[in-house]
Amino acid sequence: MSIDINPKDLGGPLDPLPGHASRGRLERILRRGEFAVTAELNPPDSADPQDVYDRAAIFEGWVDGINAVDASGANCHMSSVGICALLTRMGYAPIMQIACRDRNRIAIQGDVLGASAMGVQNIMCLTGDGVQAGDQPGAKPVFDLDCMSLLETVRTMRDEAKFLSGRKLTSPPQVFLGAAINPFAPPYDFRPYRLAKKIEAGAQFVQSQYCFDVPMFRDYMAKVRDLGLHEKCFILVGVGPLASAKTARWIRSNVPGIHIPDSVIARLEGAKDQKKEGKQLCIDIINEVKEIEGVAGIHVMAYRQEEYVAEIVHESGVLKGRRPWKHEANPTDTVVAERLEEIRQGKEEHQQQLADIAAHKPH
Amino acid sequence: MAEIDRAASSNTGAAAGTGSKPAIGNAGAARKAATGAYVPSDVSPNRRVQRRYSIRLWSIRHARMLEWFYARFASAFLLLHPLWKAIGYSRAEAPVTFVEKRVKGLLFDCRMCGQCILSSTGMSCPMNCPKQLRNGPCGGVRANGNCEVEPDMPCVWVKAWEGSRQMVKGDAILNVQKPVNQSLRETSSWLRVTAEAAARNEIAKDTAA
Repeated sequence: MSIDINPKDLGGPLDPLPGHASRGRLERILRRGEFAVTAELNPPDSADPQDVYDRAAIFEGWVDGINAVDASGANCHMSSVGICALLTRMGYAPIMQIACRDRNRIAIQGDVLGASAMGVQNIMCLTGDGVQAGDQPGAKPVFDLDCMSLLETVRTMRDEAKFLSGRKLTSPPQVFLGAAINPFAPPYDFRPYRLAKKIEAGAQFVQSQYCFDVPMFRDYMAKVRDLGLHEKCFILVGVGPLASAKTARWIRSNVPGIHIPDSVIARLEGAKDQKKEGKQLCIDIINEVKEIEGVAGIHVMAYRQEEYVAEIVHESGVLKGRRPWKHEANPTDTVVAERLEEIRQGKEEHQQQLADIAAHKPH
Repeated sequence: MAEIDRAASSNTGAAAGTGSKPAIGNAGAARKAATGAYVPSDVSPNRRVQRRYSIRLWSIRHARMLEWFYARFASAFLLLHPLWKAIGYSRAEAPVTFVEKRVKGLLFDCRMCGQCILSSTGMSCPMNCPKQLRNGPCGGVRANGNCEVEPDMPCVWVKAWEGSRQMVKGDAILNVQKPVNQSLRETSSWLRVTAEAAARNEIAKDTAA
């Protein structure tokens, strides 16, 4: 059983701790210095809450946080606020992504309050993909804020308890703030400074883009350590299995921002079972990056291969025997269930008789 | 980043069907082309699509010279403060905006956001970024340094970093910028900066006296 549990409410917010921005499990795990694992939930194209529960259940007991994406790739899906609201009901620790593409500052600040009220403890601020990449390229790109000003906005709301306009909040959103990094896109020299900027704007943890080029990431981390940034922010490396060499090649030429070196594609092509090799490659990359100084965890993005996340986490051994939070039935739930069953099956109970028995019962 | 497999399957089918090679690096355009619908060239979510960026790129290459010039120009404009005050800043607004829009439009492809930060962005106007990022490049920059949204345009922020490395005060690129105040669009940044500097000078004079 995980130690980050609120005894009164198994999935609820934890007691506040000094030095902690949120009351969530992810921040506690990172601040304790444990290797964190997060995963990305594939958002459903449906209005059925069960779809979200089913997709989250695969990760149970293996991850410390579940990313609820905000229309990733500019493709329309269930909203991240909605997914987070459902996940918090079940006690999961969602990381709510906010993309600046679709909403202006008025909508975003409202969503932050709403999400926090629903129990969301982690918010990740993104710029978002351009609309041209998605299924509705005719949409109006908003980009009212950018990821940096979004970070600053949410930080102001949390720390100074006020909106961007200066109006006061009666109860600020207590959230752990995240951002994204992509060390694998130009301008390479600027990337570490950009992380510094994000930290200055309020980022407390960052998740990186897919890492397939470990030497490149190592160089980036060397620069990050020189700037001392790894001590100011938790860095989670993005990893994920590639389904086949063909997929890898397609991603490389069609998805901007994902860098896949030739050696990776050659390795996949040479394998008999490409899917299995893709998974093994992911595990190998995890084993390499976890040794890099300053890496605080991994972020597993296994789009449409979510069932592999548990295997990948297990086989890479990054948890070192630790068991992340798992949905456990509340002990009082069984009492209630028994009583309900009793009522359903038992003989008819007459209120007056019961009152009579109670009245004659010695106290 | 998560829409990979579905798009991969639809794209391979489409490419085989039309027989033409889809534009590299833009899944949306490829899918749109696959429908066979008429799509004019240079369609872009960006407000003003240009085919050439040569003058803008020249300005970035000469960022240091422009920085020097801009500093002189700003102090000259400040010296004219009594004149602006005599005319009235609000009355000067229209003609100055007219000139500013055209000069900066030519040199930097200025979009008249009204809160110029060229000196913090290596003389590369960040409003030309399709995402209008004011704090640095997004994660979608292509390996060749071009924009994710407009594959033919060099990334505004890759260029901004190059320009800032030439400038004396280029490290201003590391400052976190506030979000754009949309209510200042199409107003003169020159006049506002001058008015603010003049107000500061006056306060300094008052406290000294």
